[in-house]
Amino acid sequence: MKKITDFRLIEKKEWAKSTFLLLQCDEPLEEIKAGQFVQVRVDDAQHTYLRRPISIHDVDYQNRTITLLVQRVGEGTNKMSDTEIGDTLNIIYPLGNGFTIPENNEGNVILVGGGIGIAPLYYLGKMLKEKGIEPQFLLGGRSKSDLIMLEEFESVGKVYITTNDGSLGEAGFVTQHSIWKEKQFDMIYTCGPKPMMMAVTKIARENNIDCEVSLENLMACGLGACLCCVENTIEGNVCVCKEGPVMNINKLLW
Amino acid sequence: MVNETIQLKGLTLKNPVMTASGTFGYGEEYADFIDLTKIGGILVKGTTLNHREGNPYPRMAETPSGMLNAVGLQNKGIDYFIETIYPRIKDIDTNIIVNVSGSTIEDYCAVAEKVNALENIPAIELNVSCPNVKQGGMAFGVTCAGIEQVVTAVRKVYDKHLMVKLSPNVTNIAELAMSAETSGADSVSLINTMLGMAIDAETRRPKLSTITGGLSGACVKPVALRMVWQVSKAVKIPVIGLGGISSATDAIEFMLAGASAIEIGTANFIDPAITVKVAQGIVEYCERHGFKNVSDLTGAMVVDN
Repeated sequence: MKKITDFRLIEKKEWAKSTFLLLQCDEPLEEIKAGQFVQVRVDDAQHTYLRRPISIHDVDYQNRTITLLVQRVGEGTNKMSDTEIGDTLNIIYPLGNGFTIPENNEGNVILVGGGIGIAPLYYLGKMLKEKGIEPQFLLGGRSKSDLIMLEEFESVGKVYITTNDGSLGEAGFVTQHSIWKEKQFDMIYTCGPKPMMMAVTKIARENNIDCEVSLENLMACGLGACLCCVENTIEGNVCVCKEGPVMNINKLLW
Repeated sequence: MVNETIQLKGLTLKNPVMTASGTFGYGEEYADFIDLTKIGGILVKGTTLNHREGNPYPRMAETPSGMLNAVGLQNKGIDYFIETIYPRIKDIDTNIIVNVSGSTIEDYCAVAEKVNALENIPAIELNVSCPNVKQGGMAFGVTCAGIEQVVTAVRKVYDKHLMVKLSPNVTNIAELAMSAETSGADSVSLINTMLGMAIDAETRRPKLSTITGGLSGACVKPVALRMVWQVSKAVKIPVIGLGGISSATDAIEFMLAGASAIEIGTANFIDPAITVKVAQGIVEYCERHGFKNVSDLTGAMVVDN
C-alpha cells in the first residue's frame, strides 16, 4: 500500500555533489521492491512546488529505514540535501513497479549504473544476492569523485568501474569496459543518464541479452493520475511513475 | 453539527470538495491515501469519443508556485471507460462525474449520450476549454456563439446535471458563463488552466513539446477567484470554483466569492490527502464562524461601504 508519511533523518554523508540520507519511519515500513521510488516533499515554496521523485537506495525493515542518494541538481535537491539530522522529510512511498527478480538463480547478471543512477542498483543487488544470484556491478562516472559508496557495493558483489577521465577503473564509458568482451551476460539492469542507458540497450540488443532500464522522466503526481511523465512505448504513451520506472527494453522505442 | 450537504440542480454533494479532472485519474490512484467516499465528487480524466495518445513528452514543466501541462487529453475513449473503468468505480459512494471532451459537436454529443446511459454517473462536466489540443474544445469555449452551439446540442441528448467548464483564456468570462446558462447548463465550473509557456534558457528550447501549455497551481488562484466572483454575479446557476486551491482557506475564499462547490486539482500532487483535509477545514471554519450550513458560505463575502 502507498503511504504519505514523515521520515526522520538519522544519518547523513556528504560528497561534493551527492548526499546519502538515512531516513527512519516511526511505523513499520511498507514492502518495498528494488527499483521503486519515493516522492519527497521539499516544501511548497515558489520554485519547488512539486515533490521530487528519488530512487530508493536501500531498505532496512528491522530499523524501519530507507536510504536515498540525492544528487544536487537544483533548488529542490539542494534543500533535500541540506536536511539536518533530526529533521523530517514528508515522503510518499513505495511508488512505481520495481525491477524483475529472476525466478531461477542461474545466469550471469550485471547491474550497470551511471552517476546518481547507481542508487537503486544497490538494493537490487542485495535482493538478487538474497535469491542466490551473484550481482556484478559496472559503475561509471565522469571522474573518481563521482563514484560514491563503492565499499558498500563491493560488499554485495564484484564492482567494475569506468571514469571518463580515467581517474578510477578503466577510462571511457561503461559501454567501453573490457568486461563486455570477457563475459557473457544473461540479464542487464541499468539506471543512469539516458544516453548511457541507450548505449547499454544497444549492447543488450546486439547480444540478445534481456535488459531492464529505470527511466527518470519528469513527473508531477507520481501516482499515474496526471499522465505527465509518459514514455512512448510499443504500447503507446505509458506513465513512467506507474508502469515504470523500470521497463524492459522490449517495450521501448529507443 | 454543521450541515455539509450541497445541492446543485439535481446533484447532491456530501460536501463541497470535488477533484479537478486530469489531476485525480479515476479516483483509484488515490484510494490508498483517502477514503474516497468522504469527498463530494470525483471528476474523472477528460474522456473523448475515440482513444487519444495525447501530446509527446515533455508534457510538464514546474513554474513558480505552479506547473504547466500539455497532456493533450490522453485517454482510451468512452467505450473503454464504459467497459473497463466504469465497472470498477461505479459503486464508490460519491459522485463520479465524467469530464466530456471533444473536437466536434458530434463527438461531444456522442460521448454525452453514452454517459447519459450510465446509471451511476449523475453529471458530466463539459470541457470546452482544454488549451492543449488543437481542437480541444477551446475553439468552442472562447466565444459565446461556440458555447451556445455545443451546450445546446449536448443539452438535447443529456438529461442529467450538465456542468460546463469554462476557459480563463477569454476577455470576459462572465459573458461566456451567461451563454452556457441560457443554452441549458445546470452549472459552470471555472477555471480551466491558463495558457502559458516556459523556456529553458540554457538549451534555448521550450520546456513543453507543444511549446505552450496550461498553467495550474497556487499561482493562478487570484485570477480564478476574481473570475468566480465575476461569474457568480452574472449567472443564477451554481458556480463551481477551481484554480490553485491548496487549503481549506483557499476553498472558503472561493465559496465566499460565490462558488457553491469547489474542485481541487494540482494540490493533489503535493498532498494526495488534501481533499479530505480541506473538507474538514471547511467544517471547522463554519463551526468557528457560526455557519450552520456549509452552503451558507456561498457568496458570503462582506464588502464594506
